[in-house]
Amino acid sequence: MSPHVPGQITYDLPECELMSSGHLACPGCGASLAMRIALKVFGPRTVLCIPACCWAVIDGPFPYSAAGVPVVHCAFETAAITATGVRHGLDVQGVQDVNVVAWAGDGGTMDIGFGALSAAAERNENILYVCYDNEAYMNTGVQRSSSTPIGAWTTTTPREHPKEEPKKNLVEILAAHRIPYAATATVAFPDDLRRKLEKAKATKGMRLIHIFSPCPPGHKSLESDSIKISRLAVETKVFPLYEVENGTRYTINHASKGVPVQEYVRLQGRFKHLKEQDLQLMQQRVDREWTFLMRKIELFS
Amino acid sequence: MQKVLTGNQAVAWGVMRARAQVVSAYPITPQTSIIEELADLVSEGKLDASFIKVESEHSALAGCIGASLTGARSFTATSAQGLALMHELIHWAAGARLPIVLADVNRAMAPGWTIWTDQNDTLSQRDTGWLQFYCESNQEVLDTALQAFKIAETIKLPVMLVLDAFYLSHTAEAIDIPEAPEVDAFLPPYRADIKVDVDNPRAFGGMTGVDVYMEFRYMQQEAMNDALRVSAEVDREFAQHFGRSYGLIEPYRCEDAEAVIVTSGTVTSTARDVIDEWRDRGEAVGLLKIRTFRPFPIALVRDALRGIPKVGVIDRNICPGFGGIFAQEIKASMYDMEERFRPAIYGFIAGLGGRDITPKTITEILEKTLHPEKTERHLNWIELKA
Ligand SMILES: Cc1ncc(C[n+]2csc(CCOP(=O)(O)OP(=O)(O)O)c2C)c(N)n1
Ligand SMILES: [Mg+2]
Repeated sequence: MSPHVPGQITYDLPECELMSSGHLACPGCGASLAMRIALKVFGPRTVLCIPACCWAVIDGPFPYSAAGVPVVHCAFETAAITATGVRHGLDVQGVQDVNVVAWAGDGGTMDIGFGALSAAAERNENILYVCYDNEAYMNTGVQRSSSTPIGAWTTTTPREHPKEEPKKNLVEILAAHRIPYAATATVAFPDDLRRKLEKAKATKGMRLIHIFSPCPPGHKSLESDSIKISRLAVETKVFPLYEVENGTRYTINHASKGVPVQEYVRLQGRFKHLKEQDLQLMQQRVDREWTFLMRKIELFS
Repeated sequence: MQKVLTGNQAVAWGVMRARAQVVSAYPITPQTSIIEELADLVSEGKLDASFIKVESEHSALAGCIGASLTGARSFTATSAQGLALMHELIHWAAGARLPIVLADVNRAMAPGWTIWTDQNDTLSQRDTGWLQFYCESNQEVLDTALQAFKIAETIKLPVMLVLDAFYLSHTAEAIDIPEAPEVDAFLPPYRADIKVDVDNPRAFGGMTGVDVYMEFRYMQQEAMNDALRVSAEVDREFAQHFGRSYGLIEPYRCEDAEAVIVTSGTVTSTARDVIDEWRDRGEAVGLLKIRTFRPFPIALVRDALRGIPKVGVIDRNICPGFGGIFAQEIKASMYDMEERFRPAIYGFIAGLGGRDITPKTITEILEKTLHPEKTERHLNWIELKA
């Protein structure tokens, strides 16, 4: 446990450090911090399956690798099935104490790889799927994905026509597959993230962790604001921290303070064009989704 | 053990005898009965494998890639649209140097929807770095399945085992199934020297710069060159174990021939009969069967056709904008041969979309090759309706 300094978050993470410096992430990258924490929890008996996404670059070019565990780079839409193949390959050879992890971006998860993910979930494959969500295709230079929030600028949803559709709800969709474990998390809540990674690691069958990951170049935010943005995503109820067991048991993990959405939005240039009235609509939407989630928690906790 | 098996069952029994460890596959006519048979063999405990019942062919091959990277012997099967859907990963499997075996039941590509045979599905995958063997009989299918794993694992390249829809896939014949211990002696368990291993972490398939990419492709091409020698050796070794061999190509009654026709797949059997008939009548005609399409056995084909005045190539496929694909390969192989030994080569397109290639079809092709006064040199459509 690090000593408590007022204004700083405290957290308790394993000492083990598998990820090395020299990786290629941008400063302030939420996804690289997410991986660092994840590897601390997963430990060395882990295999990562990484499709095309920023992390395919971050890990480093041949012959380098920053992860410190085996990395199977795979085609964009194949994270879930590649991990499944690795799992079956190890199983038939009697290797069972290895944690097989698919580690993919939001595009690889919710768009092009969605069929393979849904199929792996339906078959309840014994894999741990992490989606680090930076809410657009960042590797290719910030194009919209189905996980881009309503109102956001991307290079394919320009300011004059920002994204008109709300973000796809990954955890709800996976919960509807009745998989053993699905949870949201983000890097500003490392204890919560650690606990969920541990729980996922200890669970058998299909597990999914959806990690909201700030991206300074893609969100047009300050590198030094990434943690703040991650925290505000939760405190504004934009990205609630919760988990669903077996698709039916809902638990909220953090009582969001209900900070106005505007506080979250104003730190990110991708929302700069939004007018007062857009923000009001956004606030209403967030409140409605929160109420909906709270009802589920009341009914199914 | 003698058993009456369809071509698809022969694939499944070959995979069982090869002790594949992971099967990852998705159904499509006419491949379906391969994976149904495998599902039975796995559930009955006759094949100790993990069968991943994926949601698409794309995932079928991706599953094999993941499994193969761990060192597990991996198999998939498909046809036509399924193979086309796999295309991205067809490149991936070869580029990653994984010894996956894939059985493709040759089916013509849509549209219009069709389930009948032709070779365009597999020939469209020509430039991906897979070996391709085209089979003539169900026995050859089973035997080639066993050879395929051995070749693939020796040279670290994936192998496509190709059989004609219905003529083989759904037609039963008596075949000899080698006993398990004999197959084990021929094909020992796969031992990957580089694989996913938490005690020796490596990254597979990461970003590759301009400084090394080309060398990886060079090594792939070297392995393909090696594949010719290895495939021939494995075929010889197979003969020692089981008394059967096929060669990379098979010249049939080509001695002093005036004309030779070139075939692949089941057309070969029909052509054999026609050639026998013509030979009995005293005509100097012969047959060349191409079993190995990739790597293309250039030197063997040159030897077999050297000095033959006229060669007719039967293509059950079409490369629109060029012509028959086997004809193209054979012409390219013969181009720099001394002129006096270089045959005149005629291309014939026949049997697309499963239209029967009968003795009559082959007779017409033979006649057009032997008496080419009215034959186009490059491209002749046979039995085309007006
Ligand atoms: C089949 C295919 N289509 C497109 C691409 C190009 N591509 C590579 S990464 C990427 C976007 C990845 O977005 P996401 O999954 O959100 O990960 P991020 O880059 O944001 O980390 C795209 C479109 C590809 N590699 N493969
Ligand atoms: Mg993204």
